[in-house]
Amino acid sequence: MKGWQQFWRQLSVFGLLALALTGCGREELSTLQPSGPVAAMQFDLMKLSSAIMIGVFIVVMLIFTYVLIRYRKRPGQQGIPKQVEGNHALEILWTVIPFLLLIVMAVPTVTTGFELHKTYPKEEALQVKVTAHQFWWEFEYPDLGVATAQDLVLPVGKKVQFTVTSADVMHAFWIPALGGKIDTNPGQENKIWLQADKTGIFYGKCAELCGASHALMDFKVEVMDQAAFDSWSKGMKGVQAAEPVAASAASAAQGQEIFNKSCLGCHAVAGKGGKMGPNLTNFADRERVAGILAHTPENVAEWLKDPQKVKPGNNMPNLNLDDAQTKALVDYLQTLSVK
Amino acid sequence: MSAHASHAPKRSGLWDWLTTVDHKKIAILYLIAGGIFFLAGGFEALLIRLQLMYPESSVVGAKTFNELITMHGTTMIFLAAMPIIFALMNAVVPLQIGARDVAFPFVNSLGFWLFFFGGVLLNTSWFLGGAPDAGWTSYTTLALNQFSGHGVDFYVLGLQIAGIGTLIGGINFLVTIINMRAPGMTFMRMPMFTWSAFVTSGLILFAFPAITVGLVLLMFDRLFGGNFFNPDAGGNVVIWEHLFWIFGHPEVYILILPAFGVISEVISTFARKRLFGYSSMVFATALIGFLGFMVWAHHMFTTGLGAIANTLFGLATMLIAVPTGIKIFNWLLTMWGGQIRFTSANLWAVGFIPTFTIGGMTGVMLAIPPADYQYHDSYFVVAHFHYVIVGGLIFGLFAGLHYWWPKMFGKMLNETLGKWNFWTFFIGFHLTFFPQHFLGLMGMPRRVFTYLKDQNLDFGNFISTIGAFGMTIGTILFVVNIIVTANSSKRAPADPWDGRTLEWSIPSPPPEYNFAQTPLVRGLDAFWIEKVAGNKGMTPAEPLGDIHMPSPSFLPFMMSVGLFIAGYGFMYHNYVVVVIGLLVTFACMFLRSVNDDPGYHIHEDEIEEVKA
Ligand code: HEM
Ligand SMILES: [Cu+2]
Repeated sequence: MKGWQQFWRQLSVFGLLALALTGCGREELSTLQPSGPVAAMQFDLMKLSSAIMIGVFIVVMLIFTYVLIRYRKRPGQQGIPKQVEGNHALEILWTVIPFLLLIVMAVPTVTTGFELHKTYPKEEALQVKVTAHQFWWEFEYPDLGVATAQDLVLPVGKKVQFTVTSADVMHAFWIPALGGKIDTNPGQENKIWLQADKTGIFYGKCAELCGASHALMDFKVEVMDQAAFDSWSKGMKGVQAAEPVAASAASAAQGQEIFNKSCLGCHAVAGKGGKMGPNLTNFADRERVAGILAHTPENVAEWLKDPQKVKPGNNMPNLNLDDAQTKALVDYLQTLSVK
Repeated sequence: MSAHASHAPKRSGLWDWLTTVDHKKIAILYLIAGGIFFLAGGFEALLIRLQLMYPESSVVGAKTFNELITMHGTTMIFLAAMPIIFALMNAVVPLQIGARDVAFPFVNSLGFWLFFFGGVLLNTSWFLGGAPDAGWTSYTTLALNQFSGHGVDFYVLGLQIAGIGTLIGGINFLVTIINMRAPGMTFMRMPMFTWSAFVTSGLILFAFPAITVGLVLLMFDRLFGGNFFNPDAGGNVVIWEHLFWIFGHPEVYILILPAFGVISEVISTFARKRLFGYSSMVFATALIGFLGFMVWAHHMFTTGLGAIANTLFGLATMLIAVPTGIKIFNWLLTMWGGQIRFTSANLWAVGFIPTFTIGGMTGVMLAIPPADYQYHDSYFVVAHFHYVIVGGLIFGLFAGLHYWWPKMFGKMLNETLGKWNFWTFFIGFHLTFFPQHFLGLMGMPRRVFTYLKDQNLDFGNFISTIGAFGMTIGTILFVVNIIVTANSSKRAPADPWDGRTLEWSIPSPPPEYNFAQTPLVRGLDAFWIEKVAGNKGMTPAEPLGDIHMPSPSFLPFMMSVGLFIAGYGFMYHNYVVVVIGLLVTFACMFLRSVNDDPGYHIHEDEIEEVKA
């Protein structure tokens, strides 16, 4: 009997815990607070299926509790209980009812499934090509002639057709508040469409184990209204079509010199540089450093000093910079804005 | 009967254990080895949970963390759960069908030693430059040389060796159950646990070849520069996923069906009622086994298979809920009208029902592909599969161990400790895994070594780690219980629980030959039928006579050692070592083929002695 009290107490704690937990979760991240039609459709399916399942659970628990209390062995009980072979009517009942419940879930499963797999041409949706790397994200807008990294910029209320792939290992592209994920397979392309119905910042994640810093392979989604997006993309396009501008402040100019010598091989700025690492054209406008750290000069310096410490196993070498060099580079990087 | 040797070669101590082919001793070997690996896997889990107790903590590093999750998953599935299932199957199945041994005792021992050395090889990676770190699923290309360390070679070779062991073990049980049943033991009179062992063995037969093919291809890629999975050279990464899950999904059923079998036995014994709807239970078990093969792609909904494949595999997956539901309700109705005794064994079985129901419910939710795009690879999935494998399988194993311990060891586990064990583990379990559903929905991916502070994931993770301590305490209490029991002098009676099936009709622990005379089976719950009819024991189906036994052999051990050595040769590209290792194995196989060992007999008078 004591065991049972414990059991109930525990069950109510879970109930409260469940409520408390659902209440929170960050709007920028949670699948429970959808901010676009895809996430909303998925959330509807989640609600429908969990409602049905909780119903089933309650039925099971009612029978379970009744049986355990009613039929526990009492002291002094005599005789052998009746040996029941089975009951066809009952067995058919609990075959048919689950079947019907499954059909209730199957119908929206099929319709939503096909809805989410539609692909949209460029007349109907903004096209974005996503390439996942260990451990950063590359975003290209082929129709706009713009490329960026780590921060994905989207217009509000518009369908976005993503084409995703990977440059090295399998990753998965996931923006929980906007919709479910899709794997980025090396050597193949996958498609997914999403749409954000709110402006603001959303958190994106890599959801497939991809190496040491898998946990740190975050990105940010910046959703702005159409006018702001147009001006952003125009600015980006202009800058990326041109040569990098020379930095004016002395320290930044010195930083630019170091940059051109040590960094340009991997990182592009404006219309110049390599594609091994993230494109840094709009670095100063980014929400985060390396996808995870708050965008402060100290954090930029921390990254430059020892990239392995921030993201173990990533592919950026340690450049062995001294403090002055680091500072100059930070100053230069802060000038890389298109806003 | 015949003229050859009439006495068991006398062996004792360690030598006895290294050479035994007796299924009851092999059961104990599986239990010890599986138990040790379970503790190792549990320790790894505890480190994982400690690292995740607080955001941005650094108990272990990023790479170590990936090694820990990989080894935890691999160890738990292949080296803990499977062997403990094999322990129970070995201990119980021949007894339940009234047989003197399994069909191939030599192969049985070989199966154990292959599993054991495969597992040891895998775990030596910790000391030889790092454990595998590409997840227990080892998805390519992450698992190729360019992106992961030497550890994955240990995974590839260790699992191949252990896998052969499992495969031949499974085949052995299929043959045993088909051929060795006592007179009257028709298929539809077999106890549920034997049925589940039968279906599980069938799944092993079809599923393990798939992983073996996958592992061989991966081995070619890693060791010999093959390009099966290298997209830069025309390889395809998704093929690995298919091969892995064509094995991996049935594997889940290989794990859970025996637990279903245990629960059916324990619930009906402790309710003192026959299993409700026996034939529908058999049908459901077989159907689950069959459907288990049809749904592997539900692990791959986000891989990009397209709407049609995803939908079909999703609907097929949902169907499994029907036979599973039948089982749950049949168990409830088995208890209905009974006299339920809450022994520790039955606590585990009763605790299984709501827990596994939750795991099954989230399973149906995951089967809806559009919703799975949100759940997949998040902590929701971690919660789901632990509800199934811990809340289902491990609860089932604990129930089975408490239930059959007296039969296996001739001693009763301590009930008080058993109950403490159950409650700490049960409460700890739910605290650990229930919040993880919500962590997943709140955007926490799985296999992350840390999470950032500003994401509201702290509270759930903290609770989850506290729960893991509870499970740890539970596990320790079980170990304590074993020690206490081993040191007590109280002997278990032959039939401590008022059992229903054949194993309870013989002494605890059973003599070497199990049944002095093969019993005659007259219906389902054979022993119960005799007891109700007022008989003292089973009616024998044969006169008392000499019993033929297989000889013990050191060859299985040495064959496995040979492959173990060859494994290192392959990994370090030292082909001399490969040749030496393989020679050892082949020499043993040759010896086994040419040496005609007729076994020995136990004489009638010796048998009488034990009986009296
Ligand atoms: C002792 C209690 C256990 C605890 C506290 C525990 C905890 C965990 C945790 C925290 C993870 C990592 C999740 C992630 O980051 O993705 C994990 C993964 C896993 N666990 Fe457990 N677990 C336990 C028991 C088991 C058992 C008994 C089994 C199977 C029989 C099991 C099978 C797995 C598998 C297959 C994985 C996935 C590994 C991978 O991602 O490669 N666990 N567990
Ligand atoms: Cu990634």
